[in-house]
Amino acid sequence: MQRRVFLFACSAIVAAGLAVGPAAAQSRQETLLVLVENGPNSLDIHGVGTSFRSYVAAWNMYDRLVTFGRKALPDGTMTYDYSKIEPELAESYSVAPDGASITFKLRKDAKFHDGTPVTAKDVKWSYDRAVSVGGFPTFQMAAGSLTKPEQFVAVDDYTFRVDLPKKDKLSLPDMAVVVPAIFNSTLAKKNATEKDPWAMEWMKTNSAAGGAYKLDKWTPGQEITFNRNDDWKGGPLPKIKRVIIREVPSSGNRRALMERGDADISVDMPQKDAAEILAEKGSGKYLVVGVPIENSLKYIGMVTTQKPFDNVKVRQAVAHVVPYEQIYKSAIYGRGIPMALGPADAPKDASWPQPFPYKTDLAKAKQLLTEAGYPDGFETTISIDLGDATASEPEAVLLQEALGKIGIKATIEKIPGANFRNAMLQKNRPIHIASFGGWLNFPDYYFFWGYHGQNAVFNTMAYKDAKMDALIDASRYETDPAKYKQQVMGFIKMAMDEAPRIPLYQQILDVGMQKNIKGYTYWFHRQLDFRQIEKL
Amino acid sequence: MLRLIGKRLVGALPSVIGVLIVTFLLTRALPGDPAAFFAGPAATPQAIEEVRRALGLDKTLPEQFVVYLKDLARGDLGNSIATGQPVLTEIRTRLPASLELTLYGLLVSVLIAVPLGVLAATRPGSWIDHLCRVMTTAGVSLPAFFTGLLLVYVLYYRLGWAPAPLGRLDIFYSAPPHVTGLYTIDALLAGDGATFRAACAQLLLPVTALAIFTLAPLARMTRAAMLEVLGSDFIRTARASGLPKGKIVYAYAFRNAMLPVVTTLGMVFSFLLGANVLVEKVFSWPGIGTFAIEALISSDYAPIQGFVLTMALLYVALNLAIDILYIVIDPRVGFES
Repeated sequence: MQRRVFLFACSAIVAAGLAVGPAAAQSRQETLLVLVENGPNSLDIHGVGTSFRSYVAAWNMYDRLVTFGRKALPDGTMTYDYSKIEPELAESYSVAPDGASITFKLRKDAKFHDGTPVTAKDVKWSYDRAVSVGGFPTFQMAAGSLTKPEQFVAVDDYTFRVDLPKKDKLSLPDMAVVVPAIFNSTLAKKNATEKDPWAMEWMKTNSAAGGAYKLDKWTPGQEITFNRNDDWKGGPLPKIKRVIIREVPSSGNRRALMERGDADISVDMPQKDAAEILAEKGSGKYLVVGVPIENSLKYIGMVTTQKPFDNVKVRQAVAHVVPYEQIYKSAIYGRGIPMALGPADAPKDASWPQPFPYKTDLAKAKQLLTEAGYPDGFETTISIDLGDATASEPEAVLLQEALGKIGIKATIEKIPGANFRNAMLQKNRPIHIASFGGWLNFPDYYFFWGYHGQNAVFNTMAYKDAKMDALIDASRYETDPAKYKQQVMGFIKMAMDEAPRIPLYQQILDVGMQKNIKGYTYWFHRQLDFRQIEKL
Repeated sequence: MLRLIGKRLVGALPSVIGVLIVTFLLTRALPGDPAAFFAGPAATPQAIEEVRRALGLDKTLPEQFVVYLKDLARGDLGNSIATGQPVLTEIRTRLPASLELTLYGLLVSVLIAVPLGVLAATRPGSWIDHLCRVMTTAGVSLPAFFTGLLLVYVLYYRLGWAPAPLGRLDIFYSAPPHVTGLYTIDALLAGDGATFRAACAQLLLPVTALAIFTLAPLARMTRAAMLEVLGSDFIRTARASGLPKGKIVYAYAFRNAMLPVVTTLGMVFSFLLGANVLVEKVFSWPGIGTFAIEALISSDYAPIQGFVLTMALLYVALNLAIDILYIVIDPRVGFES
């Protein structure tokens, strides 16, 4: 009898286990587990201090009026297509013949996550918020000539018009970036206070969204989970039902979790790990997909307002000293697209970024330095960002060693992440290794921030040249393609000759994923878009 | 006893106030500009100034201090900019995580170290004494994060026995209802056996790593204290009176040797709570050490101040607890005189 009871109990346990098994397996199949080094710090894209890690939440939870199309790269990897603007919350849009206004027709069936219909007044509220709260969102909006609430008009419930001071090719793309997300204004207003009319405090940790994914739970510093919004109308229904983003600070553990197949996607890959896994050519346990980050360069900058780098020959001498090959090989393990060693007669076209015509040539460098009046070299410092030390530190050491060969004695200054931007703002670090990328993929956009005499933070070289400014300003609103090309080639040529910044390489965004993950797409904000991903 | 506790707490007030002022000044003296950092990569000088105003950093230091004290009086520790959360919420969720890890680590460590130390002291030169020596040397020379990485590599990556080092719970479990914040205890209170087992499984490796690390000072201290007591006059007298060996060792010698052991335990505990950052990093543990270090890196003032204040209060409580333990262990210890 007892034996029978025992057997019965055993089989019952086994049966229970079997019953649970497939269900758990299925939920794993529909769940995407993503590993990141750090997670979001805010759910509000307009918030103060919202980090770039937070874009993933804002991008997947919220809709925008329009979004970018997608295209395949030569190697089959998908990327967003900045030349193609597609409707998302808007059903259609039309640009006035003189380019002075854009009218959007909204989808009539779109609803926010709480069931409230999306209307033009929500859109107006959201755009007003973006240009009013100050800081990053306001500046990003301004990049597309969107600066004042008066520009945004809710014509009727489903028609929204944006008035522009003048035709601007960046206006429409700027409405497809992360910032102009459409908020549920009814819900937001309920949580606003007199002191906080835009509900900034509440929005940090709550969602007023209507996009493809609903916030499930956010535990800052640990994980954030999303569930699919089955009523989403802004595009085809996503395949993945549930997404878990887990913070795993140790890169070794992220790799171990990927190799054991416990995680689906690993976002922050060290260049060394990526290079090693790519070297396996798909024979390893998982894959790495690398896409060059658009409009972004790692560079050596020299402050042009101070001796000796006010002398163009000294800058050119440095450009001839940089050990490019060594940097590509041993500092970044080949995970970057070389932006030096180009043809001597560059630029041949208006593409950006493109390789500069410099290569390592010590004799030439020595000669230039002598011509500049520094035959015995000088002393200087190389400043790097400790937050990016994995790549910057070996780069600085290699540069230091090379500079020594032509008599320039350089010391390396390592600046903690918190202070690096401040140091760059002071524009007094003679040589610095930094990077800059623009969200909108236009050469004039890059040059406006990086080389223009308006002297933005990103013009770390404090470079100023009237001719360069004139070319950049002209190209910004140029409508004739032939003239535009001429202007762009003009300022690229100047950047090459004047060499205030020496581009090293275009950075690559490496994402590790299991072999059954399909549909990964590169986006300008460098975060995952779950909507295109599926698990086979 | 109550008078003693009250006196102790009042006595701790000046040091807590001192800690408040010193951390406030020290965080302000840190290099780095939080406004520039949090304005983000696309910021212009204008944007940075706006952020500075929003953070209240454009005010003078005394003004900032007054604002800080006023907030503190209302129980508001400010907001962490890096995680976007109120510091109080962060500490409330993260302190239990660190406490749970540290408490279990210490418990395991005590359960091994104290018997080991006692045995080593009663049998000097024997194999168990050598074992004790080997273990303490290993414990001292292996940093906890290294043991942690090694354990992850062998037990998770190679053998697959241990669960993935993904923090306090496997991804398919949700946290038990919040009572104490210690997942194992909360799960038991909720009668949720599966979550309890999952939480224990996640604790296994980090607790082992911590226990190995803290074993050394405890075992050595127990051994040394026992040896000293065993060589003292009253033990000789007890032996001469023919008391049973067990009674001599455990009732007389051990009880007297416990004072230095408890002192060491207190020190190790307070040290661990803040210092197991690396173990937390290795196991993605959402603890308070990681939080403080990250705040420090980004010059995020409020969390640093909140962290130091919490630690100061914790030390006060800990010292009090240890003093009370002294009285319980040794009636001769009095604080009134």
